[in-house]
Amino acid sequence: MEQAIIIEKGVIILIVFAITMLFAMYCTLAERKIAAWIQDRHGPNRAGPGGLFQPLADGLKLFSKEEFMPNTPNTFLFVLGPTISMTMALMTSAVIPWGDSLEIGGRTVILQATDINVALLYVFAVLSVSVYGIMIGGWASNNKYSLMSAMRVASQMISYEIAMGLSIIAIIMMSSSMSLRDIAADQHEMQWNIFYQPLAFFIFLVCSFAETNRTPFDLAECEQELIGGYHTEYSSMRMGFFLFAEYAAMFISSTLLAVLFLGAYNYPGMTWAAENWGTNVANGIGIAVLFIKICFFLFLYMWVRWTIPRFRYDQLMNLGWKTLIPLAIINIIITAVVILLNQ
Amino acid sequence: MSIETVSLSGRKKQVANKEMTFGERIYIIAIAKGMWTTLKHMFKKKVTISYPEQTRPFSDVYRGRHMLMRDDEGKERCTACGLCALSCPAEAITMKAAERKPDEKHLYREEKYAEIYEINMLRCIFCGLCEEACPKQAIYLTKSKQIVFSGTSRESFIFGKEELVMPLEMAIQNTQKMQA
Repeated sequence: MEQAIIIEKGVIILIVFAITMLFAMYCTLAERKIAAWIQDRHGPNRAGPGGLFQPLADGLKLFSKEEFMPNTPNTFLFVLGPTISMTMALMTSAVIPWGDSLEIGGRTVILQATDINVALLYVFAVLSVSVYGIMIGGWASNNKYSLMSAMRVASQMISYEIAMGLSIIAIIMMSSSMSLRDIAADQHEMQWNIFYQPLAFFIFLVCSFAETNRTPFDLAECEQELIGGYHTEYSSMRMGFFLFAEYAAMFISSTLLAVLFLGAYNYPGMTWAAENWGTNVANGIGIAVLFIKICFFLFLYMWVRWTIPRFRYDQLMNLGWKTLIPLAIINIIITAVVILLNQ
Repeated sequence: MSIETVSLSGRKKQVANKEMTFGERIYIIAIAKGMWTTLKHMFKKKVTISYPEQTRPFSDVYRGRHMLMRDDEGKERCTACGLCALSCPAEAITMKAAERKPDEKHLYREEKYAEIYEINMLRCIFCGLCEEACPKQAIYLTKSKQIVFSGTSRESFIFGKEELVMPLEMAIQNTQKMQA
């Protein structure tokens, strides 16, 4: 029995890892394609049918590039930077419920690597550590632009984490649990959190953009001012790791958005499907539904990137501290009052 | 009317530095409008021409690679008079004349023909003056519908008769078309 659980969880972890990698890989292609379509172009279409092998070609190119190391006293930290970024981007996926459960050979397999009761705290802890990847990388690069970008990222991510954490408190209050599995189960059928907490959703969405360093909050990279930001001095696969980590983080935060606000694997008619077609089919559809939601958010990330120009740094800080945090607090108060009145 | 308000183009716009309203300050409407614009662009017709598969059509008067013409019996029209070389502002054309032998009557139209005819494509400016100067209608820049491709050596840009004279198949086709 013990062994079976280890095998079961190991398989789930492997699959989740593979899917995250696959999504991160094809996000690079999707990004370029969507950028092209928005600008009335075709996008990469030479490698494979419709450019399908472009990510492989990109990866091959990165692998074959010279591994350049700047003249820095911190070689260990220099290597550590991208490592932390990548690890932290992948670690969040451990607590995400990818589906309800499947009956396989008389066993109920819960589609989640681990269901801990402080999942949300865990997510936020990992998110805060991921600042270090960029910070250490920028510091160890021994380059003023990298350092500036690292400082910007650190302050930006810390500022937005507050608003993000506050916005999620309303959700925790509603489902009175920090386990993502409970939160997902709470949004059964169409009782998605986005309908009850539109403001929290909006704040969380904006903060997610800031947390993943995406436009309009991509002050970490901003090519025009900081060359490439924290990855200016990186080359070859270390650079690839940073870029890959960005897309992996994007995938994970899209997943979080889908799980917290768009009802995770729930869809209208799930009970009906479970009664008529069996739980396995209903929950299988649930997994597909979750991935459709994730894809929608990934598309939203890219769509926004090619629409909205970058914020100025003071505007970014104003938005975070003077708008989003007060809004999040107001949202908490309103939620609390409504919950008290309904008791 | 003061000088500040005069608009010669009729497109002068008075800019105002007014305070934004609350609705404008939260930017959400503006962002939604922008997103709608980009979404519409996603489904628009692409302006790119995927070059090797698709080519942009040349204009009828496009001046491309030169062609030394043949007449309807497939004989070379050029008589090596040298007027094209003389008219060439870039001095790109050289030639050497030779006398036609009696058994070459089916090859050359005139009694004198160009044994060597070379155009240096690096010098040529594709002005078309050679075409205008030619009294025998032997050289054209508009007929080949070809551009001069890039090369790796200077010698490869000196085009001799092999590159310039109209291919025989083309002459045969032209004649067939005329007879039909």
